[in-house]
Amino acid sequence: MHALETRQLTLSYGERNIIEALDLRIPRGQITVFIGSNGSGKSTLLRSLARLLKPKQGAILLDGESIAKQSTKEVAKRLAILPQGPTAPEGLTVLQLVKQGRYPYQSWLQQWSEEDERMVTKALAATQLTELAHHPVDSLSGGQRQRAWIAMTLAQGTETILLDEPTTYLDMAHQIEILDLLYELNRTEQRTIVMVLHDLNLACRYAHHIVAVHNRSVYAEGSPDEVMTEEMVRHVFQMECQITHDPLYGTPMCIPFSRSRLTAVAEPRQMVHA
Amino acid sequence: MKSLLHNNPLKIAGVCIGLFLLLYLSYASLVFGVIDTSWQTAIDAYTHFNGSNEHIVIKEVRVPRVLNALAVGASLGIAGALLQSLTRNPVADVELFGLNAGAALFVVFAVTFVGISSLTAFTWISFLGAAVSGLVVYLLGSLGRDGLTPVKLTLAGAAITALAASARHGMLVLNEKALDEVLFWLSGSVGGRKLEFLEAVFPYMVAAWAGAFLLARPIQTLLMGDDVAKGLGQRTLLVKVMTGVVIVLLSGSSVAVAGPIGFVGLVTPHLARYLVGLNTRWVFLYSGILGSAILLAADIAARFIAKPAEVPIGAMTALVGIPFFIYVARKGLEKK
Repeated sequence: MHALETRQLTLSYGERNIIEALDLRIPRGQITVFIGSNGSGKSTLLRSLARLLKPKQGAILLDGESIAKQSTKEVAKRLAILPQGPTAPEGLTVLQLVKQGRYPYQSWLQQWSEEDERMVTKALAATQLTELAHHPVDSLSGGQRQRAWIAMTLAQGTETILLDEPTTYLDMAHQIEILDLLYELNRTEQRTIVMVLHDLNLACRYAHHIVAVHNRSVYAEGSPDEVMTEEMVRHVFQMECQITHDPLYGTPMCIPFSRSRLTAVAEPRQMVHA
Repeated sequence: MKSLLHNNPLKIAGVCIGLFLLLYLSYASLVFGVIDTSWQTAIDAYTHFNGSNEHIVIKEVRVPRVLNALAVGASLGIAGALLQSLTRNPVADVELFGLNAGAALFVVFAVTFVGISSLTAFTWISFLGAAVSGLVVYLLGSLGRDGLTPVKLTLAGAAITALAASARHGMLVLNEKALDEVLFWLSGSVGGRKLEFLEAVFPYMVAAWAGAFLLARPIQTLLMGDDVAKGLGQRTLLVKVMTGVVIVLLSGSSVAVAGPIGFVGLVTPHLARYLVGLNTRWVFLYSGILGSAILLAADIAARFIAKPAEVPIGAMTALVGIPFFIYVARKGLEKK
């Protein structure tokens, strides 16, 4: 069974359809990355998978069951979403934020339990925030802040985690830090991770499965090697490029051509250390 | 930024101090005034009532006044805390968002044109006014492509408050007889009101206080944004609607008792957060206690500032509230 599945899914904002009649399957225990140009609907698709957006038509299945027919709290125990650019109230500490991840497990009667405490401690450790637990979220660096939000979704203890552009506004070092953390979570705990990324090369490096969203549907999906072609980039991003291989990891790498810079350096520059 | 009372024993101690403060202020409010009495006289008024002037003042004026201030202050404080959380807007207040003005407009309309006099009708009309103006402000603030923003919400509140105020004045000009009846009430006052008014709305107030505490945890989660709260399995619309109902009950019942009193709801949640941090349950509790304390203190001060005349309490709270409003607004601007 797939972790998530859509059947004839149509999404719209008002009259305009963003996604039309889409059948998509998200493999369990893998990292899936949605790519696509701005406004292609990849974030919309991700939000609908997390039931933040009601489909116009069609269904979304979580572990084979329609997501709309389940109690939203039960869904929250199996699926977590980190929306794009979340903001914490001023002064909220990392610990207070991470504790919110236990919301679906609490009720009027069931207050804070030992299991809740254990999951929060574990989430803080996994994101290396134990030392910063009592610091306000708004005093942290961008990378630490994003780790704190990821810690909240970890405390939720779900098998599937969706993230909408988790690396946006982060410098390259912090982007790698966040993606390494997610990769590690997938590797050690086999969690299903679905995220939207803009950087194609990082997408290829970290994803098992890539979904290229284009023209209200999916243009191509599969392993990075299958999906990442010059043809796909031309079609989906309207950009000319050359696909080569990441010299470190061998994953596909997209080098875009520039329109304004016509002349290339005649000879590739010699690397100093080579 | 660490709050002043950062652990539970300190917070509980704070509540105890707050309750003692309320007790002392209640005592002061009973005893000091145009006619100074004593604690003993106040007790005698209930145990050995002798029909003397002092005893009548205590039973008919001072005690209702203390109870009104306690109940209305707590309600306004909690309503302000709820509204600031719901709209994620630090300058939100039932007065600034037009709820009080709406409730007052409906009451004036009912008194001048329909001629209602029944307490029940009075109360429900007040609720209705708060609900209608709250809804209008919310819808006005949500118009446009970017949805609900704090700035638009505040502007809509100011517009509706101004509209309701001018409509109210118009009605009073047309019907001068009603003017005397409602004028003192309109400027906001916990005095000059018999206990019947409070008795009529008290059950709703208590229900709303309880509702606020039951909603505290969901609201805490909602503070992190709609998407995050939905992702955590919250039915956000339900939480918002219930919060709205509680706010309307608090604002409507406060207006029914004391007329529109501003700025208590604006100031108290800030003081509460300064003391206890962001935990909404504690913030609501402290907002209630501090709201009562501020209103009691304002009511006592109102008797002395222009003795023997009395300043309306609404003017007193505005006197403290407006500089505070400017301070919060400026602080918010500097951050951006």
